[in-house]
Amino acid sequence: MEFPTSQPPHVVAPNTVARFMRIVIYALLPTMAVHVVFFGPGLLIQSALAIAAALAAEALALRLRKKPLRQYLTDGTAVITALLLALCLPPLAPWWLVVSGTAFAILLAKHAFGGLGMNIFNPAMVGYAVLLVSFPAQLLTWLPPDVPELRTTELSFWQTLTTILTGHLPDAFRWDAITSPTPLDALRTNLAMGMTMQEAHASPIFGGFGGRGWEWINLATLIGGIALLALRIIRWQIPVAMLGSLVVCASIMYAFDPGAYAGPVFHVTSGASMLGAFFIATDPVSAATSDRGRLIYASGIGVLTYTIRTWGGYPDGVAFAVLLMNVAVPLIDRYTIPRIYGHAERP
Amino acid sequence: MLQGNSARGGLRLEAHKERSTREPIAQASAPALAVLPLDQHAGHPAMPIVAIGDRVAIGQAIARPTGDVSAWLHAPVSGEVVGIEPRPSVTRDCMPAPSIVIASDARETRHPPERTIQDFLAVDPLELREWIGRGGIVGLGGAAFPISAKLATGAQAAELALLINGAECEPYISCDEMLMRERADDVLHGARILMHALQAREGIIALEDDAPLAAESLRAALAKIEDDRIRIQIVPTIYPSGGERQLIASVFGREVPFAGLPPDIGILCHNVSTAAAVARWVRDGEPVVSRVVTITGDGVERARNLEARLGTPVAQLIAECAGYTPRVERLLMGGTMMGMPLSTDEVAVVKGTNCIVAASAMDLQPRQPEMPCIRCGNCSEVCPAYLLPQQLHLNARAMDLAGLERYGLMDCIECGCCDYVCPSQIPLVARFREAKPRLAEHLRARDDARDSRLRYESRAARLQRLEAEQRARLEEKRRQARRKES
Repeated sequence: MEFPTSQPPHVVAPNTVARFMRIVIYALLPTMAVHVVFFGPGLLIQSALAIAAALAAEALALRLRKKPLRQYLTDGTAVITALLLALCLPPLAPWWLVVSGTAFAILLAKHAFGGLGMNIFNPAMVGYAVLLVSFPAQLLTWLPPDVPELRTTELSFWQTLTTILTGHLPDAFRWDAITSPTPLDALRTNLAMGMTMQEAHASPIFGGFGGRGWEWINLATLIGGIALLALRIIRWQIPVAMLGSLVVCASIMYAFDPGAYAGPVFHVTSGASMLGAFFIATDPVSAATSDRGRLIYASGIGVLTYTIRTWGGYPDGVAFAVLLMNVAVPLIDRYTIPRIYGHAERP
Repeated sequence: MLQGNSARGGLRLEAHKERSTREPIAQASAPALAVLPLDQHAGHPAMPIVAIGDRVAIGQAIARPTGDVSAWLHAPVSGEVVGIEPRPSVTRDCMPAPSIVIASDARETRHPPERTIQDFLAVDPLELREWIGRGGIVGLGGAAFPISAKLATGAQAAELALLINGAECEPYISCDEMLMRERADDVLHGARILMHALQAREGIIALEDDAPLAAESLRAALAKIEDDRIRIQIVPTIYPSGGERQLIASVFGREVPFAGLPPDIGILCHNVSTAAAVARWVRDGEPVVSRVVTITGDGVERARNLEARLGTPVAQLIAECAGYTPRVERLLMGGTMMGMPLSTDEVAVVKGTNCIVAASAMDLQPRQPEMPCIRCGNCSEVCPAYLLPQQLHLNARAMDLAGLERYGLMDCIECGCCDYVCPSQIPLVARFREAKPRLAEHLRARDDARDSRLRYESRAARLQRLEAEQRARLEEKRRQARRKES
């Protein structure tokens, strides 16, 4: 009897890239839910716009590159890029901001470098950085978290939608009345004005241990991140090294002068710290690939994040820190090849 | 000395051994026509010492080794040599290999044993090693490496530990487990013969924790012989813990150096079936003319282990297991992780045939469409050689030979763990197997170039030295002449 042949191994685990990405998307849901609780339905609209733009850009790029549309459109990677970018944008930002940022991320940061698996930079962070550099005013216009002391006005879903689509608030509202800086931004400005940490912290936008609202978003992200660790989608090296180095930097400076520098707990629960540690820096494509390499890569992100937040020109530094360390990945990979079985030294 | 953090990497796989271990090992009937490829061991093929028309008996030598790494071949049936010709062979991907073909006369005449050794301790170790080499014994775990060559390297080492490998890590294969269960005495006797032949100080029989009946049987046999130099060690069932280098790491916590052999660190490893074959040959004078073969998979009706003569067609073994089921899709020699695909069942059992899997769709998990590598690192986490398959893949795609060398392509043991866990469904092992010959060629060429350069440099240095010496002599002569003149 004759048989067809195939190369060993003849069994493979039912793992797929799509399953991998689907789990990452599910793990983002707690963060998104808490975000909506504190900042209103803006995120949902931004996410929908981002996903639509990402899939359209992906489809266009795949068509141009003559790649199988269905196989790549359903892999979930474009959706993750879209969601991460949407989470970084102010909930009321105009539609063209999120659409152009996502399109830039997918078309230039991802496909111009060769598409899935080939991008040197984290696409979502490229999109965010481009927007931040080009439209700083729009990106720093945040809402205050929706808590009793801070609630000035509340936009309904429809009002939010029309604001995003038209770029104008409904008649009864004024931008300066409803916006507020983010806690990281406020801290920067206040410290720069000569306030002490304690004075700055008196503002109601600061919560129990981090920024009001932001501390809970970061905790929700931590839960999603722990789920990713438990499901072995990500490894511990990147989140531990990034948060660890952030804590070390913040602790040193805080010990040096608690009046002038925020403490470690504030840093890990503010801004995009948790999102960066569990969802952004862990993007395997643009991260270092060996265990030791990942420790070095993520420690670098932590140090750079702290540096940019404390002494740099932008309130949060995660995006630039990730992009800077992305550049260093080939070098890190080259010098962190693990020792091979039976060899005395590393190659 | 390299200290491994015992064995790292590997996979916990479903064993699929229950079906084939329900029945005891059965004797398969002798083939009417035995086909015996001359290259059924690693190294140089054997050279026939019979001619067409010769009558042979079971156990009679029919081909002799050529060179240091080669093995004897013995007739598995009695009858007449009807051909010395190319026949499709599992040793060549079902393409023809030079073979001896014997038509059985069904009389089962046995060649009288030339020598049987009961008191092996009275035999000089060197003589015993040479005698073991005559039995046509090769590594029966599947690699078919001639035992004579292995014993020669092992004998060089002082303070040797003999490791008997019963860790049958590959899914579906159960011939070693059944052999340990039913013939533990042979395994231990063979181990003791090998220990004497090698003057080994200890013997360790290692097997996986999912074969408790085999362990029990070995313990009972060990209790009978009361040899306190031998111990039984249970290792966790993690594929590929039965790989020689992986087993050594997990048993001894040490690594075999790259480009070295286990005796370099004082260890020699033999499969349990090989040890049993040594016992049969030395004690009973019976060379390797048969072996236990697992016939299993959802594509065969009655999965079990058969003691099959060498040269038996796979089709006959399947028939003795009540034939194929309608679900059969593929035929594999070996297990599902490293098994070689067979394009036909009209090929014969050789010394290295440990298992035939008649696989249905239930046994196989076909790949999804391939996606690009996302560098997730699942592969490097399971690699038992501690490689970075994701980086090897990148370098193999670009055929960057320097990169492939740096990332240790030649250290890949092709176990398939990386393939198994890859979410992008990339056929990594196939890619690495493609790239290996290219890299090997490159390394050879580079070594050759280095050797020629060294030769040239030493020649230039020699010529320079000679010239200098000549000049010095000339100078000396002139000086003497001048002195005479003055």
